[in-house]
Amino acid sequence: MSGLSGKTRDRLLYLISPIGLLLIWELLLLAGFGDRRFIPAPSDIATRYWQLLVNGELAYHTGVTLLRVVAGYLIGVIPAIVLGLLMAMFTPVRIFIDPLIAALFPIPKIALMPLLLLAFGFGDASKIALVAIAVFFPVIVNTYVGASNIEKIYWDVAKNYGASQAVMFTRIVFFGALPMIFAGLRIALAVSFIVLVAAEFVATKSGIGYLIWNSWELLEVTTMFCGIVTIGILGLITSALFQELERKVIPWKAE
Amino acid sequence: MTVQRRGASIDIAGVRKEYVSAAGSVLALDGIDLHIGAGEFLCIVGPSGCGKSTLLRILAGLDHQTGGTITVHAEGWAVENAMVFQESGLFPWMRVETNVGFGLMTRGVPEAEAAERIDAALKLVGLTKFRRHYPHQLSGGMRQRSAIARAFVTNPAMLLMDEPFAALDAQNRVILQAELVRLWEQTGKTVIYITHSIEEALLLGDRCVVMTAQPGRIKEIITVPFPHPRDLIALSAAPDFGKLKLDIWRVLEEEVNRARAEMEA
Repeated sequence: MSGLSGKTRDRLLYLISPIGLLLIWELLLLAGFGDRRFIPAPSDIATRYWQLLVNGELAYHTGVTLLRVVAGYLIGVIPAIVLGLLMAMFTPVRIFIDPLIAALFPIPKIALMPLLLLAFGFGDASKIALVAIAVFFPVIVNTYVGASNIEKIYWDVAKNYGASQAVMFTRIVFFGALPMIFAGLRIALAVSFIVLVAAEFVATKSGIGYLIWNSWELLEVTTMFCGIVTIGILGLITSALFQELERKVIPWKAE
Repeated sequence: MTVQRRGASIDIAGVRKEYVSAAGSVLALDGIDLHIGAGEFLCIVGPSGCGKSTLLRILAGLDHQTGGTITVHAEGWAVENAMVFQESGLFPWMRVETNVGFGLMTRGVPEAEAAERIDAALKLVGLTKFRRHYPHQLSGGMRQRSAIARAFVTNPAMLLMDEPFAALDAQNRVILQAELVRLWEQTGKTVIYITHSIEEALLLGDRCVVMTAQPGRIKEIITVPFPHPRDLIALSAAPDFGKLKLDIWRVLEEEVNRARAEMEA
């Protein structure tokens, strides 16, 4: 492959694995392996996907899911960053919050769904609350670790140059922790999709999770796959957007 | 040319610093008595672990002595001191101009005035073209220049410098030393400069304080006889310079050997 630059070759390689997998999948079914009623071929899924796009069903469910993710994400992430920074700046805050994180972080957040249904009802609020709780923990832990690992010299410089606590918080600790905060935000993004789709399996009539579960109950396996593919695509897009955002927000981390 | 000396004068009396930990206590500084005059360029040399950095950190307000008193006379100065650290300590997330203006921002200097002072400071160290860069885009020498600009821009009564050029290559070090001396000759501020290099102490300082290790005590104070303005390159080749350097080395050598013997014992 002497004619291709290294970058182009990498990109091709990047595409070959998923396309190859789909091709093998299609060919196996054509060759008579597997039952097409239960395992639809990629071409069947693509056809169904197009139908769902045209009739607006997919857009509706995707919209609902995205709304819940974005709302829950923001509600969970903002206090997590603020508290994580405060934990690093003030030892009493850390001592106060540490046991709560240690006890609550390991609980599978989806186990809270019944409780949240009791508290917030069957509407969007209970799903948003679940996402908020689920994203809170990875972000607060990452923020705290990032902020407490800021090199000592930066604290010294800030102090020697007369920084107030407010300046310390907004100009030093926040930015110093930003690379780690971003790592936490990316984990939180994946977590938010995971818990939300699971939550949408029950107690709702909308969202991608509902689409997947409902299709399974009706044995519309092709539609079910369309839901799964959509989650994958959403993950891909949001993660790419995030990478772009990170490059913009953390220019000093470039190179 | 005579240097217009102004800035803080400092009286250090009986200062000691003891670090207490579970493993026992370490006496980092003991019985430090020192008067530093307004506008003096004072260098402190000593073996590693002699507490010279500790003394500077106490003066910078980053640490506290366990005994003795320090009186700084800086009446009429808005900012008492500004420190230049060994590794520049520039915030990686701020552009050069923001880093340089940090001490003005924290003290609420009005934006228009701050902008003017930042411009002047950047010009002083020759970094105007690089003001929009981030520190990781600069060379080591440029980073230290920025750190010096950040200190000078606040117009402090004294500059505290903790081996600011130790991490630079030899050529850059010579250039920055010359620039620092020029800046000092222009401003006549009090400078306290920590170094482990006798040569550097003699090139830059009015006086050179030699310290002993563990506990850190003042062994000797040498008045450097070379007049200002100084041509550092010519000075470093002068016979008087070599002789003085050797004298101080003899003093320091004892200390280094003693410290090593104690470590090996």
